[in-house]
Amino acid sequence: MKALLRIEGLTVILGGREVLRDVSFEIRPGEIVTVIGPNGSGKTTLLRALIGAVRPKAGRIRRTPGLRIGYVPQRLQLDATMPLTVARFLSLPVRHGAREISAMLARVGIPGLEARQIAELSGGQFQRALLARALLANPQLLILDEPTQALDQPGIAGFYRLIEDIRREIGCAVLMVSHDLHVVMASSDRVICLNTHVCCEGTPAAVLEAPQYRALFGDGTGGLMALYRHHHDHSHESASEGEEKTDAR
Amino acid sequence: MLDDFMLRALLAGIAVALAAGPLGCFVLWRRMAYFGDATAHAAILGVALALWFSISVLAGVLFTSLLMALLVSALIRKGHGIDAALGVLSHAALAIGVVAISFLPGVRLDLQAFLFGDILAIAPRDLAMIWAGALLVTLLLAWRRQSLLTATVSEDLAFASGLDPRREQLILALTLALVVAISLKLVGALLISAMLIIPAAAARPLARNPESMALAALLIALLAVAAGLGAANWFDTPAGPGIVTAATILFALTHLRAVLRSIRGPGS
Ligand SMILES: Nc1ncnc2c1ncn2[C@@H]1O[C@H](COP(=O)(O)OP(=O)(O)OP(=O)(O)O)[C@@H](O)[C@H]1O
Ligand SMILES: [Mg+2]
Repeated sequence: MKALLRIEGLTVILGGREVLRDVSFEIRPGEIVTVIGPNGSGKTTLLRALIGAVRPKAGRIRRTPGLRIGYVPQRLQLDATMPLTVARFLSLPVRHGAREISAMLARVGIPGLEARQIAELSGGQFQRALLARALLANPQLLILDEPTQALDQPGIAGFYRLIEDIRREIGCAVLMVSHDLHVVMASSDRVICLNTHVCCEGTPAAVLEAPQYRALFGDGTGGLMALYRHHHDHSHESASEGEEKTDAR
Repeated sequence: MLDDFMLRALLAGIAVALAAGPLGCFVLWRRMAYFGDATAHAAILGVALALWFSISVLAGVLFTSLLMALLVSALIRKGHGIDAALGVLSHAALAIGVVAISFLPGVRLDLQAFLFGDILAIAPRDLAMIWAGALLVTLLLAWRRQSLLTATVSEDLAFASGLDPRREQLILALTLALVVAISLKLVGALLISAMLIIPAAAARPLARNPESMALAALLIALLAVAAGLGAANWFDTPAGPGIVTAATILFALTHLRAVLRSIRGPGS
């Protein structure tokens, strides 16, 4: 199938430093691709380059014409001087009907918060409101930057289920950054391991076997591999070691 | 009965409030207060220019203010560490403008009128320009509000929705220059940014959405204009400071609850 988005040789310089070097990959309709990598490895910068917020030094980003993107940023600092209800926020920049908004809020697990001020939401509620806003755009590509960072444990599991449901429903592709390595391995079609450049890329199983991945994520890898097998072979070992690794942010 | 000049001042004031109320909200939300100062101070330079080349003051002011607004926009794009540059620009424009006016041969000019506003300054032919400018600003802001608000909430969200926040910034720069040009004679260069910020800040506790805040700011600005011009009429106070004083009182009133709470001390 034709790619929604194709990145070729993307290089980004910020503050005189090379943040991304010669990054190439593509995203096809309907697939879930996860970007993993240590802090400061350029994940957020990569997503921001894709939406057009960062101008690349070199390389090309080609989108299918008229590509609808739903974007959930890693961080969003709202100025306290601006009053804004959840419903109004969800209608920026495209207006949506009250019923559509209520249904979407219920869908992402925060029903009835339409009239609440954005500034009064908890971290997790705000994260869900951001997702609701992204989904209302009826996206062909959903771009999520650490979307589960503020969610509680049951919330995280529910979140990934929701993403898979939505993908099935509207057929959108998903590109996300995540540190929930064990969930990533279970729910992604493809994993891109980023550290300024693309270290390795492929199915979760292939990436876990790659020496570049081991070099980057170190000793916890063995446990994670066991965990991955655990998901797929239903054996029951070494889960705790995997948990430890994913908690270390 | 209102004198002719008083009626003109009032009509000009209504137009200024119509534009400054909503635009002031954006200035507040986007933390552009310094931006407002620099653009307003550049107006004095525009006055000097207008007198030098004998063109209309409004045109001269529009020119220098727009230039300053675009310059500051470009600086902001550069990112960090622009506070110093902004401060220099803002005050340099004011000082150089005043010096330039003092060098003009054969001009005896009431500088205070341009710094603090003057109800006598508004000529009948100014009125049409002031209203045209004010309507242009208000309609531009209303028409672009979905993308302006999105870019104000987050530039990245705007980019992802296919908007260009730089274009929205440009629109705000243009409207700011227009507001400076139309309010210079009534409010004065030194207090135009107060006329933007204070009604908006006074409106904040009253509003739950951006639109209601813009409307509340507009109404508060109208009240301030009426009160300030009333004081100018009966007590002969300068127009700009009178209007801004009235706006400040309204600010105190809408923040009364918070003020009382802080006076009673923490924990209450
Ligand atoms: N606007 C900027 N100016 C200068 N340097 C920047 C800028 N934004 C990011 N950087 C630098 O680019 C590098 C990559 O940052 P980025 O935010 O993309 O990392 P990340 O992989 O998302 O990290 P994290 O896991 O902590 O979110 C970092 O070294 C950061 O300091
Ligand atoms: Mg990041």
